[in-house]
Amino acid sequence: MWLKFEQRPEPSKTMSYLSPLLAVALMFLSGLILFLVLGKSPVEGFKVFFLNPIKDSYGIAELFLKATPLMLCAVGLSVGFKANVWNIGAEGQLLIGALVGGGLALHFEGSTSPFLLPGMIVAGALGGMAWAAIPAFLRTRFNANEILTSLMLVYIAELVVSWLVHGPWKDPDGFNFPQTKLLSATATLPILLAGTRVNAALLLGIGALLVGWIFMNKSFLGYQMKVAGQAEHAGRYAGFSAKRSVWIGMLAGGAMAGIAGISEVSGPIGQITEHISPGYGFAAMIVAFVGRLTPIGIFFSSLLMALLYMGGEQAQQYLNLPSSISKVFQGMLLFFLLGSDVFINFRLRLVRRRK
Amino acid sequence: MPTETPAPPRLEIKGIRKVYPSVIANDGIDLTVMPGEIHAVLGENGAGKSTLMKVIYGVIRPDEGELRWEGQPVTIPSPGQARDLGIGMVFQHFSLFETLSVVQNVALAIPGEFDLPALSKRIEEVSTRYGLPVDPRRLVHALSVGERQRVEIIRCLLQNPRLLILDEPTSVLTPQAVRKLFETLRQLASEGVSILYISHKLDEIQELCHKATVLRNGKVTGTCTPSQETPKTMARMMIGEDLPVCHHGEPGDGGEVRLRIERLSQPTEDPFGTHLHGINLEVRAGEIVGIAGVSGNGQQELLRAISGEEPLADHQAVQMCGVPVGHFTPTRRRALGMCFVPEERLGRGAVPRLTLTENILLTAYRKGMLFSGLIKWGVAKKFAEDCIARFDVKCGGANSEAKSLSGGNLQKFIVGREIMQEPRLLVLAQPTWGVDVGASSFIRRTLLDLRNSGTAILVISEELEELFEICDRIVVIAKGTLSPSKVTSETGVEEIGIWMSGMWPDAEKPGDAPHVA
Repeated sequence: MWLKFEQRPEPSKTMSYLSPLLAVALMFLSGLILFLVLGKSPVEGFKVFFLNPIKDSYGIAELFLKATPLMLCAVGLSVGFKANVWNIGAEGQLLIGALVGGGLALHFEGSTSPFLLPGMIVAGALGGMAWAAIPAFLRTRFNANEILTSLMLVYIAELVVSWLVHGPWKDPDGFNFPQTKLLSATATLPILLAGTRVNAALLLGIGALLVGWIFMNKSFLGYQMKVAGQAEHAGRYAGFSAKRSVWIGMLAGGAMAGIAGISEVSGPIGQITEHISPGYGFAAMIVAFVGRLTPIGIFFSSLLMALLYMGGEQAQQYLNLPSSISKVFQGMLLFFLLGSDVFINFRLRLVRRRK
Repeated sequence: MPTETPAPPRLEIKGIRKVYPSVIANDGIDLTVMPGEIHAVLGENGAGKSTLMKVIYGVIRPDEGELRWEGQPVTIPSPGQARDLGIGMVFQHFSLFETLSVVQNVALAIPGEFDLPALSKRIEEVSTRYGLPVDPRRLVHALSVGERQRVEIIRCLLQNPRLLILDEPTSVLTPQAVRKLFETLRQLASEGVSILYISHKLDEIQELCHKATVLRNGKVTGTCTPSQETPKTMARMMIGEDLPVCHHGEPGDGGEVRLRIERLSQPTEDPFGTHLHGINLEVRAGEIVGIAGVSGNGQQELLRAISGEEPLADHQAVQMCGVPVGHFTPTRRRALGMCFVPEERLGRGAVPRLTLTENILLTAYRKGMLFSGLIKWGVAKKFAEDCIARFDVKCGGANSEAKSLSGGNLQKFIVGREIMQEPRLLVLAQPTWGVDVGASSFIRRTLLDLRNSGTAILVISEELEELFEICDRIVVIAKGTLSPSKVTSETGVEEIGIWMSGMWPDAEKPGDAPHVA
């Protein structure tokens, strides 16, 4: 008797929904084993990592706060991913969005105009789109692989942020810390729930999920991108422009990442620093795939990913584990998801060995 | 065949059964092939012919059943072992590595020393001897369908097989080349080689084969001696009922010109593509014009120029309904009333993993399915259901994925989708390639009806018999140029066959010979 992978006659719909759950379960299980290996009590570890962060309403508010940039980035990215446009530079687009939006606020320092905040959000989106436009142009004009160019632009964006906060934009009264002045109340997103940090960006995130859902399921443009992504020749036959797919896919990702960036700066951080994002732009790719590239799935997977971030912080404080523990969990989640996804197209079968 | 032959059968199979998760492909099949016998395996698409051949060639293992090779029970676990026994196979869906050259592909199947120059020589020898010209140094991805098939046949012949399996081998050959192939096959048979000839072309089977086994729905429905049957009786065995007859009817006289191609010359960027040169063509409302030719002579390039996938610099070179459209995108050409059925169904004419409803939207969205950029799924679904009903598409419903349909049914769906958009000009490439007899005849009848209702139809096909059945006029494409047109009733397979070699009266002396099969 032995096990054999056998192709399914049709990809299993059930498995495509079950696979992320299986991946989460496997991630929990390996996490417990990891705690054991590190000499911590698995029960204690599990509690600190996954339960402590959300044991009170403040924690749950923090969960939504951290999930917001993830869902924004992920929904934007999945528009491109569905069309086989591989924008993996959301992190850089997020940073440039934060810079452009934050720069606007710094430029109009002291303004009390009600248009400042909406202006900053639009500027953030435009900044992210501009950064995403570079790989889109290189891909459509020179056929340069957008995976490489968008990734490399992340590092350029990080250095630009670093240069600005160490140099021209440094707060003169900031004791030489590499950060800008704090944004004024006018330039800060309103808090939704008193006593917490959860702000209006959550509404933007949920709005983006709704628009994303309509775009992907109801709009002809979304349909065209799906066709172009699944069958390039069919797209060409039907006359759907492949270049337009690349542009829309990249710009949607860039715009959403840019909004995520500015909502961090004008939200929980309140200024531009070197540490605007703990890798939200990268984690959002995992969020998008765990959420099956659907807005509803992304809503839940962004909450899960936010929990991993918060659990990592708790594990540092109470378990003396390094901060990279949350990266380990992120990696395991992606790893197990890719593994589980095999079962969408294949199934295991017991077969008798032939002589 | 004589029954008291001292030699045992070359191949004898008994009770072969193969079950797939969704279908029983072979259900207790028996078949006996004698040495030197040309044995036809006849059946519609999906009857189980290809599965049976793959069992014999060791590609798939049967769940039950027995194989005997020259009297000895054998199991054939792999194609390599099949070749060791002396079985060669030419697949319908080619099994070539696209990124390798012809000679490299052949080398992979030939045991022994890896000596490419020597092998190239042998390929050239075999290809001239059997009239299958192909350049051993060319890369397979740049070859046309017809040329790829030649490579497959040559690859088998190089191994001196004792049983040769050919799966629908003639669909991409000129009539002269078919005759040449038949001579080759007869010669091979007289040398003692057994041949399994899979086809649904009844006249070919009658001309060539000594015996025939007919399959339907995975079962043997009869064996016969083709020379003692009529195509009608064999068709009945194959599809279980009589074939409907196509009534051609008289062509309408001179409607308006719906498609005009004027002095179209288009160099190709593909190093192995065909340059189009000085092409002139008119298709009028109410007529069917056919373009015959051996594949690789510029059909793909011409189709791209007509469909708009490759916009042209010369606006006037292609005109639709009087409008110069050379620079138009496919979308703008469709808006003028052009519809197009491409050669590849899965991946071009339809998106494999989308449902039929979603595939309707691919081209028929103009039929009231959009509302300010949003899709009216209800309208699309209704259209899909109508198409399924009207064109007798056998499927699980409008929510089935395109790839779950058989080739013939998917083609009916695609043809239906294009026809239901009420085109003023319909362009079809290989409309019945690999489609079973019943569906082919249905598609042809539909096209004639459409012509009678005043649509201009252009058919590009490599199956001459089909063109003669439905076309009012036929032109021939060879080496990127187009012959003058001939009224179908005033010409014959013989003349068109000669033209397919580029030799029509007043043909410009081409610099080098066209791709002639």
